[in-house]
Amino acid sequence: MATLNSPLPKRSQAAALGARAVTESVFGKASVQLKVKNLAFYGILLTALTIATLSIAAILIWSIIEGHPRLDLNLLVNNPSSISPETAGYRPAILGSTYLIAGVILFIVPIGVASAVYMELFANREKWYNRFIELNIQNLAGVPSIVFGILGLAFIVRGPLSLGFVVAAGSLTVALLVLPTVILASREAIRAVPSSILEGSLALGATLWQSVRRQVLSAAFPGILTGVILAVARAIGEAAPLLLVGAVTFVTFDPKYLEGGYSALPVMIYNYAGRPQEEFHTLAAAGILVMLLLLMSINSIAIWLRARSEQNW
Amino acid sequence: MKKNLIATLAVISASAILLSACGSSDSASEDTSAATTSEETTQETTAELSGSVRIDGSSTVAPYAEIAAELFMQENPGVQVSVATSGTGGGFEKFCNGETDGSNASRLIKDEEAAICAENGITNDNIQVANDGISVVVNIDNPIECLSIEQLSAIWTDGAALQTWGEVPGLEDSEVKDVPLTLYGPGSDSGTFGYFTEEVNGDDGLITTNFVDIGEDDNALIVGVEGELGAMGYVGWTYYNESRDQIKALQIDGGNGCVAPELENVASGDYSPLGRGLYVYASDSSLQREEVAAFFSFFLENQAEIASLAGGIPLTDAQLAENLAKLDGLLS
Amino acid sequence: MSSSMVTARSGDANFPSRLRAESPRYGEKIIKALLATAAAISVVTTISIVISLLGPSISFFQDPAVTLREFFTGTQWAPSLANPSFGVLPIVVGTLMVVSFALIVAIPLGILLSIYLSEYAPKRVRKVVKPLLEVLEGLPTVAIGLFTFFWLMPTIVKLTPFLPWAGPFSIGVAGIAVGLVIIPLVSSVSDDAMRSVPRGLREGAYALGASKFEVSLKVVLPAAISGIIAAIVLGASRAVGETMVVMLVAGAGNPNLSFDPTKGIQTMTAFIGGRATGDIATGTLDYNTIFAVGSLLFFMTLAMNILAVKLVKRYREVYD
Repeated sequence: MATLNSPLPKRSQAAALGARAVTESVFGKASVQLKVKNLAFYGILLTALTIATLSIAAILIWSIIEGHPRLDLNLLVNNPSSISPETAGYRPAILGSTYLIAGVILFIVPIGVASAVYMELFANREKWYNRFIELNIQNLAGVPSIVFGILGLAFIVRGPLSLGFVVAAGSLTVALLVLPTVILASREAIRAVPSSILEGSLALGATLWQSVRRQVLSAAFPGILTGVILAVARAIGEAAPLLLVGAVTFVTFDPKYLEGGYSALPVMIYNYAGRPQEEFHTLAAAGILVMLLLLMSINSIAIWLRARSEQNW
Repeated sequence: MKKNLIATLAVISASAILLSACGSSDSASEDTSAATTSEETTQETTAELSGSVRIDGSSTVAPYAEIAAELFMQENPGVQVSVATSGTGGGFEKFCNGETDGSNASRLIKDEEAAICAENGITNDNIQVANDGISVVVNIDNPIECLSIEQLSAIWTDGAALQTWGEVPGLEDSEVKDVPLTLYGPGSDSGTFGYFTEEVNGDDGLITTNFVDIGEDDNALIVGVEGELGAMGYVGWTYYNESRDQIKALQIDGGNGCVAPELENVASGDYSPLGRGLYVYASDSSLQREEVAAFFSFFLENQAEIASLAGGIPLTDAQLAENLAKLDGLLS
Repeated sequence: MSSSMVTARSGDANFPSRLRAESPRYGEKIIKALLATAAAISVVTTISIVISLLGPSISFFQDPAVTLREFFTGTQWAPSLANPSFGVLPIVVGTLMVVSFALIVAIPLGILLSIYLSEYAPKRVRKVVKPLLEVLEGLPTVAIGLFTFFWLMPTIVKLTPFLPWAGPFSIGVAGIAVGLVIIPLVSSVSDDAMRSVPRGLREGAYALGASKFEVSLKVVLPAAISGIIAAIVLGASRAVGETMVVMLVAGAGNPNLSFDPTKGIQTMTAFIGGRATGDIATGTLDYNTIFAVGSLLFFMTLAMNILAVKLVKRYREVYD
């Protein structure tokens, strides 16, 4: 990379060099070639978009084709049945997943946002313990879900918390799993709010917390919401940790937070997919459709909320 | 922003309430969803049973336990029976910790596990609830009909590296002598794996490293064997029975001639040595509870119907009598 | 944006006294403590994970049948056989292959999508595409796994008959499926990074006559590189930890070391997943392999993240 003779700080050199190269290319080369490049690039971008859209469509279509024989009301209101899979339903699993998600949201929103606010705005970056916390969170984002299952079994179901094989334990385990997602997304959201907003508020005499609460968090709300949506979506689909923490594959009663067995949609689907009988495979595909439906409704609510509060700087 | 948060929470709680409300036809839907006919041999529960029964363990035995649970709950709606599938090993761990009332197992308890149970004071015994015949499956176009245990051992034992069917002792001049041999088998976390290796190769875990490990996905094994002429694999009987139009099973010669893995042969014990039992372990402390004792009795007394609904193989009369006696022993 | 500068100053003894706060603001201190506690939960989680993994791992390595040397350099992984081997390389290679294929799919598609979203897409399109990507990210991995096994893989096999496919599993296809899973992650984090590049830089380039294509690739991309690297590392971390898709599509392969993407190979996560729900007796040496592999996974992702933080620091552009 050639260096400039100007007194620009190093960090802007990359951008300045880019601009310079661009100017030279405009005045130095034929513009037809550039137009072609532009168009080709745009085409590549659209191809990428198409691939992403097609993947979602393919999965949806596949689930509909495989599962449509079972798309009836029984699927939602009936209990599971190994005797008559043709009329079996996912009711306890739907309720179980809903209770689990409610618990997860109740945990990750306050803790996640609080952590992000602390790390971005209150913590002194120089201190070693703050950098340790930061490294921690980034690391947790990559720990496999099954390891959280091991953690949940050792410390939440048994060990210090001893909640037993109940919904609350499952919620907490999955919440810990998706917490880093919320924290990282919230940090990005807070970071994207220009610091002039915060500094202006401070200059007017507000305390740091007042400024954060009233100015920064409101401004960062859409980004935080994105993080929560992504976390919830991931939480709904996780089967591996729940299997270890006690989600059963056969219940016929409604779940309770602190007692009794429970099930969850992905756990049941995974179990059904592994059975030999064809009717269970159809049931599994239908279950995937139910999960997708649940997912889309949560996403739509969040999108609507976000659309109302998005702003550009 | 506060309003938005409240709105979000409101919507979520509303949907939760809605779902639970629309499903309050709990007892109604249970009646309509389960099969109608269920011939009872005994059972007139005079008093209403209530409580909960927690079963965990092998995913092979789980379908039987689930059907038993469904039928049992039709008669005793006050009892909540749940069945989980943490695997035979995981089931034993919870069972010996006192966290479950019954443990589904596709193998007998190992010494290390029994030691933990003894440490925690859980006296237990195995109740056999069904039979299973491990079926050796090959491609449907494979002309071979029967293999002996010795031949199987030559193919599967530790150190074996056969490339074609012609290398199998006894098949050097057969039609398939030039067909490449591909082996499929469940992973070492499977009870089927443990049983097969012990019976065929002489020791649990003694096996060639030259096979395609399908993990726990028996359906994938069927797909694999179906797709290749020279493929061979082994699965539990229900998987074979459900896929008869995709693959075929070999007859096995255990020293008494070729025996096919058919229901009668497995139930009578002729299909040896690849016939095995499926068990549910019960502990005497859990059996103190009325509902648990009632569940186990129900399970055994209706095992024929349960096995047929599960697509499996029932117990013989002798086995049934033996296990009823075992249950009585634990109950007293 | 960080205000550590602001908070650091307010405690400085040389700060002019007339600008210092009038009251000690205990409320603020309490709030700061509460926030710090929330952040510390992540530390508690990590410590708990380490504790729950470390104990059994230590007893695993203390067993005479296992040597550290064999574990890290052995090329056969068959812990439950009668003659067990404990060389962990085959499943590490499996994990790395999944990550490679996933990144091959996700890096170009993810970055292209983020460029499209931040530079090209009109507002209406963005309003549709961003939720679409969130749906893709939220797709349950069970669904993606089953879809890949039953449809995507047979289709790919049909389209490429020249490759030596055999059997129902393939780690290459599993990697591609995992790539699809992480595309939204890579693209949304990159998109956020690109959007925080100040308009001024772009507008300056446009003013000099640059085209959109040149501005995207030569101005915005380099400026946002730290965020993009973070996005890639995040995606790679997620790919390493993916369990369900690989269990269903990559299955398990041979106990021997293999680099063949057309066959099944077991990854570290699939190994743990299968073990933990399988038939192995708990407490045995065989079972403790779960914790040993789990610890290895944990430290691998830790190393990757430390590397990423270092890289990001080197290339970070701070505006404002």
